[in-house]
Amino acid sequence: MINDNFVIGIKKSVPVVLGYIPIGMAFGILANQQCLSIFEIFLMSFMVYAGASQFIATAMIASGVNAASIIFTVFLVNLRHMLMSASLSPYFKKVPSLVQATISFGLTDETYAVDITHLKEHVPSTSFFVGLHTICYAAWVISTVVGGMLGNLIPDPTRWGMDYALSAMFIALLCMHIKDKRDILVAVCSAAFSLFITATVGGSWNVIIATVLAATIGVSTELWSKKLSLSSSE
Amino acid sequence: MEQKVILIIIGMSLVTYLPRMLPMVLLSKVKLPPLFLKWLQFIPVAVLSALLAPAILAPQDELSIGLDNNAFIASIPCFFVAIRTKNLFLTIVVGILAMFLLQNL
Repeated sequence: MINDNFVIGIKKSVPVVLGYIPIGMAFGILANQQCLSIFEIFLMSFMVYAGASQFIATAMIASGVNAASIIFTVFLVNLRHMLMSASLSPYFKKVPSLVQATISFGLTDETYAVDITHLKEHVPSTSFFVGLHTICYAAWVISTVVGGMLGNLIPDPTRWGMDYALSAMFIALLCMHIKDKRDILVAVCSAAFSLFITATVGGSWNVIIATVLAATIGVSTELWSKKLSLSSSE
Repeated sequence: MEQKVILIIIGMSLVTYLPRMLPMVLLSKVKLPPLFLKWLQFIPVAVLSALLAPAILAPQDELSIGLDNNAFIASIPCFFVAIRTKNLFLTIVVGILAMFLLQNL
């Protein structure tokens, strides 16, 4: 298992880990203050492994919301991962189902961003994903538990600006994915839809709706410009 | 330990894992129509942009483009470096540094 791609995967995990440490610790501190024991924090990070969902669910548990509503909310928040999983699928045609099922457990917004950027330039290698996903997963689980144990002993872990590593990473990866004017159009549309939905209905539908609409605009303009060039060449 | 919390965690893990796993496992088995593949190729740019925009332009779920929004201010040098250098590591260093300065000065 230890080979070059595995090591590359570990190296590529650095920005994600930098961001997961302060955010994971912040979650552990908050969750322990609100309602969860250290073991429950561990179990949630170990089994669920989803930052935004864990913050939302913990707040709901603390305010006594019933189990079904909490689980349904988490389902809505995580539907966006279907799009990411679908967009990875063409690259995983030759990978056995069991391996796909294992790698996809580690699919988060952040690992997806690194995965899909890596796939643009490299042949898919299972050990790359295993390396990247395992380190990010371990960083998340450990930092949430450490946050829960240290609690109030440490100052606000997000005050050093380290959590901004994730936004900076998204900025860099987005810029790397933009090749032409159509990509810029898709990015601007998606950002605008996402902001509009966040500001009006709040942030759980924003990513999935904005992505579906913006990708559809991208395909439509491509088809439209092809038709135009076909009809003008006739 | 509360049984209700354990039940919630098990439920959460299922509704989180299935959307991550099923599309990859199922769609990689079938031949997808070219139009759908084309659509999927726009997903990375659209997803990254949809995730990023609220994080830097509406960190409190309200549109905030001004000097009081540190995430927005810090994103300006990040975009500059990212576009000029296409260097992930450099962009992150600039972002963390900018955020650190904004929060602690």
